[in-house]
Amino acid sequence: MPTRKAVSKPKATADELLHYYRQMLLIRRFEEKAGQLYGMGLIGGFCHLYIGQEAVVVGLEAAAQKGDKRITAYRDHGHMLACGMDAKGVMAELTGRADGYSRGKGGSMHMFSREKNFFGGHGIVGAQVPIGAGLAFSDKYKGNDCVTFTYFGDGAANQGQVYETFNMSSLWKLPVVFVIENNQYAMGTSVKRASSTTELHSRGAAFEIGGEVVDGMDVLAVRDAGKKAAEHARSGKGPYILEMKTYRYRGHSMSDPAKYRTREEVQNIRSKRDPIDHVRDLLINADIADEGTLKSIDQQIKVEVNDSADFARSSPEPEDSELRTDIYAH
Amino acid sequence: MATEILMPALSPTMEEGTLAKWLVKEGDNVESGQILAEIETDKATMEIEAVDEGQVQKLLVTEGTEGISVNTPIALLVGEDGFLVPPIDKPKAIAPAERSSSRELPRTPPISDTAPIAPVPELPSSASFRQQTVREALRDAMAEEMRRDESVFLMGEEVAQYQGAYKVSQGLLEEFGDRRVVDTPITEHGFTGLGVGAAFGGLRPIVEFMTFNFGMQAIDQIINSAAKTLYMSGGQMGCPIVFRGPNGAASRVAAQHSQDFAAWYTQVPGLKVVQPFSSADAKGLLKSAIRDPNPVVFLENEILYGRSFDVPVVDDYLVPIGKARTWREGNDLTIVSFGTAMSRALEAAESLAKEGIQAEIVDLRSLRPMDTDAIVKSVMKTNRCVTVEEGWPICSIGNHISAVLMEQAFDWLDAPVTNCAGKDVPMPYAANLEKLALVTTEEVVAAAKSVCYR
Repeated sequence: MPTRKAVSKPKATADELLHYYRQMLLIRRFEEKAGQLYGMGLIGGFCHLYIGQEAVVVGLEAAAQKGDKRITAYRDHGHMLACGMDAKGVMAELTGRADGYSRGKGGSMHMFSREKNFFGGHGIVGAQVPIGAGLAFSDKYKGNDCVTFTYFGDGAANQGQVYETFNMSSLWKLPVVFVIENNQYAMGTSVKRASSTTELHSRGAAFEIGGEVVDGMDVLAVRDAGKKAAEHARSGKGPYILEMKTYRYRGHSMSDPAKYRTREEVQNIRSKRDPIDHVRDLLINADIADEGTLKSIDQQIKVEVNDSADFARSSPEPEDSELRTDIYAH
Repeated sequence: MATEILMPALSPTMEEGTLAKWLVKEGDNVESGQILAEIETDKATMEIEAVDEGQVQKLLVTEGTEGISVNTPIALLVGEDGFLVPPIDKPKAIAPAERSSSRELPRTPPISDTAPIAPVPELPSSASFRQQTVREALRDAMAEEMRRDESVFLMGEEVAQYQGAYKVSQGLLEEFGDRRVVDTPITEHGFTGLGVGAAFGGLRPIVEFMTFNFGMQAIDQIINSAAKTLYMSGGQMGCPIVFRGPNGAASRVAAQHSQDFAAWYTQVPGLKVVQPFSSADAKGLLKSAIRDPNPVVFLENEILYGRSFDVPVVDDYLVPIGKARTWREGNDLTIVSFGTAMSRALEAAESLAKEGIQAEIVDLRSLRPMDTDAIVKSVMKTNRCVTVEEGWPICSIGNHISAVLMEQAFDWLDAPVTNCAGKDVPMPYAANLEKLALVTTEEVVAAAKSVCYR
């Protein structure tokens, strides 16, 4: 991946840039806090942090329109915050409390918001991909012009059901944007060690689905590619693949010793390609914000994240009676 | 303001660890994300990172210290401006939920069949009946529901142009068009997931498996996505969908194409499971299944498709999910069965009657929720029970019924409950062996006589 230099004239308004900065910073600080709470034993089980990949969801949310849907796998906290779900409700779900989005019954990997058209939060690698196409099928069936952003990782890109879904989505021209978040490692296995061809954006070629590589560390590049892909799907031309080249700084989950890559590799990307530093540079170079303004945004985000943590720790555990609710709809 | 850095939990099961190496020393300034130390757990050596920036004031444990409990302070950090590093209290131990030790043991394990069961509709006394095959009844059920509700659609292999591999969907393409009767590629895993997504998106899909043997490719989507998401979403994400198709043994198609999945799906909370025998029940239950807000596994049988039964001639004939039907009353024993095995049960009852044994035949129709009240009530009258099913004998539906009767009707039983089931073998191809592998009428008769001590 080439080192990126901040351009002096960003193709975004000051408000847009500030919004992207805030959103990405919110995700990062939220995830750091989640890591902290995990370390204290307040969050249990599996917890997959999104740190490093923030530009992908923030850029694509900037490309989404009202009514569009999104669905992803289990590294999902960033997607939820980016689509406007409340940090308190997400954090309270992480701590398994009654005020969590799933009333404490889903946890980190299984959260949903019908209100924000966020359809999960799925724990089985690749299983969300046909479900995403099904959401798109429902929109096409109803005759509206909504699009479903279906996210999956470089690991899921080798699952059979992804290709079953590519075939049907192209055959039926479903309005779906497949977003491959290529963070280089499927758990501990690099793309090169798992994939016979590493150009994941071209995996749709056999089904006549176009695709492209996007710098997933550049929120503006993501947004622009997202808009183009969504327009393609929205106009009835069927699916499109965006391969986001991104990087996760943390382990696969909290219990990942990360021996499959060097500390230098991580530090190198952190120092040269960090998506938040990039927007920070854009804001300062374009005289949109000075250090003081950014510092005050940082403080606001810290307060929001700390509030979410306080909320998540003070929310009660679900009632025992919750054990047997929500198994059947009435 | 100093903040304690605590020994972190680095896996879901970690309770203590060893501080293998410090990578910072006292007085160092650290940035968020900087590696502070290496911790050895029972599984691996892991690095811990600083969450916030600040200066290391003191290292509280020395390198090489073993057995440090999670949440023990290991270092003190001074924040840049005091604001950055809000102290976090140690988590309070969560008291286990209070349990009443005096509570009586429930007589049966609680089962999450909380879905309400509608009363059985009374047929008007003037209702007339006509003969119809199970195949036709299923088609009529789908057609009626598709006319009634625009969001209902059928998808599966060969359901449209071919008119159904077993001709169940005959005529539907012509009436409803290819928007609502959708031929899929041979892609069970994919189209099942797609159907689940369509249900999340507000439609009511009927997903046809050419047979449930092929549905095994899709079982992850049925169980992990369709059955569990309502629960995992705290009630937000219902999945109104029907998975239907032939289940169980056909004839001479051997092991991969002859298998009864009734017990498999019946174990899963979040699913409803039905397996009708007659045309009337096939029609009434399928209509109920399509209207149900939950995922319903609807198990049909290839051999029954062509069999005719009386179907009431009424508008909108619905059979509630979760209600058994008594086919024949008797006082000497109860035979509980469902699906195609009902043929064996009814034949056995005829044969037993000739010997003066009057069997009561209970057709479960629904397996989840199961009408155990009807079984218990019948057994309280007859004091004896034989179960009959096509599936394998280990962890079978009959095993479950035996357990329910032992717990709820033990004092009424005059003989051990006996399960008749398919044999514990993959289905063989050879005609003679296949016959041996299936449950037979003779076996049911013998079991009935045995529980009657005759």
